[in-house]
Amino acid sequence: MVEFALPKNSRITTGKTWPKPEGATNVRKFQIYRWNPDDGKNPSLDTYFLDMDKCGPMILDALIKIKNEIDPTLTFRRSCREGICGSCAMNIDGINTLACIYGLDEVEGDVKIYPLPHMSVVKDLIPDLTHFYAQHASIMPWLETKTNRPAKEWKQSIEDRKKLDGLYECVMCASCSTSCPSYWWNSDRYLGPAALLHAYRWIIDSRDEATGERLDELEDPFKLYRCHTIMNCAKTCPKGLNPAKAIANIKQMMVERSV
Amino acid sequence: MRYLTDRKRAHGLGAGGSGTHHHWQMMVSSILLVPLVPLFIFTLGAGIGGTFEEVQAYFSRPFPAIVMGLSLVVITLHLMNEAKVAIEDYMHGTAEKLALVAVGAFAYTLIAAGLFALVKLAL
Repeated sequence: MVEFALPKNSRITTGKTWPKPEGATNVRKFQIYRWNPDDGKNPSLDTYFLDMDKCGPMILDALIKIKNEIDPTLTFRRSCREGICGSCAMNIDGINTLACIYGLDEVEGDVKIYPLPHMSVVKDLIPDLTHFYAQHASIMPWLETKTNRPAKEWKQSIEDRKKLDGLYECVMCASCSTSCPSYWWNSDRYLGPAALLHAYRWIIDSRDEATGERLDELEDPFKLYRCHTIMNCAKTCPKGLNPAKAIANIKQMMVERSV
Repeated sequence: MRYLTDRKRAHGLGAGGSGTHHHWQMMVSSILLVPLVPLFIFTLGAGIGGTFEEVQAYFSRPFPAIVMGLSLVVITLHLMNEAKVAIEDYMHGTAEKLALVAVGAFAYTLIAAGLFALVKLAL
């Protein structure tokens, strides 16, 4: 359901301002969303200052520096630090992206960091991705076959393998789905760009034998057709993928088989 | 409070088995609107400003009358379908169902009234 304002207990207040580093000349201001489920308070925007001469080049470097040297309670997910695991997805300077591959030099002025939008927050910059992952599981992200397993491997031509390029690279960071207004208002029923991109990845896999069943599962006004080609997903994807195109291709296949 | 597994919550009631028809319908009406909207504006523009008799005589001709009738039906149905999608997007529950019925009733009444006026004018 559409919401025009945040619930009272989610409204952001001004938080703590941490002292500036002593003797630093190249200081940058960071405003970071904080929320602790245990203290019963509203979320706040804490302010930190970092000496940029002693900080790595990426947003994640800054976050790790803050956690290590200023405020160990700051909570965020991170793992690979090279855009492969998708853990550190967050809203940086108004854009959903991966903190590990988003440069500090890409942000003008103060750096504002929030968790991915319109998701329940577990703590600070950590969104609850349970439903997002369950939606991904619901599209059966695996090879479905009916033919007996071949002695060696399921063969695929070079041309057919190429069709998976631009799809298999998705790291399920949820940046796209959480940038989509349709997903904000109807995530209970709309699968969202990430799950649909993965659905298409298996629909067009030449080795998969459940194409019809997969399309049947998506034949729904909400699961698939809530996509209104807003294109926020393609604009925000930190891996440069185009979920909107994948969704359009699924729609095209739907029309192909029924008209 | 319900103890549902994440997977069950994600699956919900399963696929509704429709959606493509609506999608195709919108594609077709969008394509129809490409030539129809300029024709509609041109026809309406040519009919405005005359006396009652002149307008009546103008819409008695087959081309303006057919363009006007087609525009009325296609544009209204297209807008109705768009409005229904917007309602489904932003409203839920009983309010959504009532709004969908109201939009449908309004659109079909508009078409009926428009066609009646057009026929009366043209014949």
